[in-house]
Amino acid sequence: MSETTNVWEVFIQSKNGLAHKHVGNVHAADKEMALQNARDVYTRRNEGSCIWVVKTINIVSSESEDGESFFNPSNDKMYRHPTFYNMPDGAKNI
Amino acid sequence: MSVINYTLRIGDSSLILGQRLSDWCTNGPTLEEDIALTNISLDLFGQANGFLEYAAKLNGTKSADDLAFKRDSNQFFNLLITEQENGHFGDTIVRQFLYSSFFLLFYTELAKSKDATLSALAAKSVKEIKYHLRHSESWLIRLGDGTVESNKKVQDAINNIWDFTGEFFEMDEIDNQMLNEGIGVNNAKLKFLWDDLVNKTLEKANLNYPNNTNMKTGSKTGVHTNYLYTVLKEMQYLPRKYPDAKW
Repeated sequence: MSETTNVWEVFIQSKNGLAHKHVGNVHAADKEMALQNARDVYTRRNEGSCIWVVKTINIVSSESEDGESFFNPSNDKMYRHPTFYNMPDGAKNI
Repeated sequence: MSVINYTLRIGDSSLILGQRLSDWCTNGPTLEEDIALTNISLDLFGQANGFLEYAAKLNGTKSADDLAFKRDSNQFFNLLITEQENGHFGDTIVRQFLYSSFFLLFYTELAKSKDATLSALAAKSVKEIKYHLRHSESWLIRLGDGTVESNKKVQDAINNIWDFTGEFFEMDEIDNQMLNEGIGVNNAKLKFLWDDLVNKTLEKANLNYPNNTNMKTGSKTGVHTNYLYTVLKEMQYLPRKYPDAKW
């Protein structure tokens, strides 16, 4: 790949109303090419109803050394999980 | 009889261009583009299959496979532009753009055909061709409006293949008969729309509409350039060498 192409991350929404899910990435030189490449590489078998592409360099990621301060403090706070509540019989899809 | 011929012309064009494009498989300039071109090739094979199945049904004695693999080049009616060589990536994109822009207009009209099968096949093809056009058009603009070298390469590609675009708009006896029966399309009438569509894209791409009008013709009567022979030789090799081979 030449220096004029970038890596773009591809997110696909499988059905209206659902969240876009990360599926992989493509190389492309511009927005339109990224969208078309994503369509050709990731939606050949009717996987989606909407595609997002975003340049990989525009994604801000936490670092692995952030893990301790970001995620470990929640380990001992079981009350944050909704497992202590009784679900009413009528409630579905929760 | 005329409907068979008319259907074969459409099916053959899809088949031969599909076969040409399939040559890009593993040869694309990038992985993504390799997949894009072979996707288009597969769409065209799907379209060819639909039209050849219909021609076979009308014929009554031959299968779609017989039609694809057991006819000689002078019995093929694909447009000459479809059998031209892939050349470099820009050549292929130009050929695809010119083909898709015409067939988008053609299938949009054919979808109104009184023949229910042709109309349904055309309606399905419109959706696919729209994407083929979008893909080739955006590449044409990218290359035409790119560097001095890429601009020159696609302008040369346009000039080289231009003589084969006259065939799109020809009307022979069969075309006129199909048009009169409400089955076929008035190709000549599409010229104005096609010029407009092509002109707009060429302008965006900083490319010139060629002046040469020495149009080549022949496919409607089975007269082809030598390239068709090369395509068929490879495409038909296996079914001809091993007639009983199963998929």
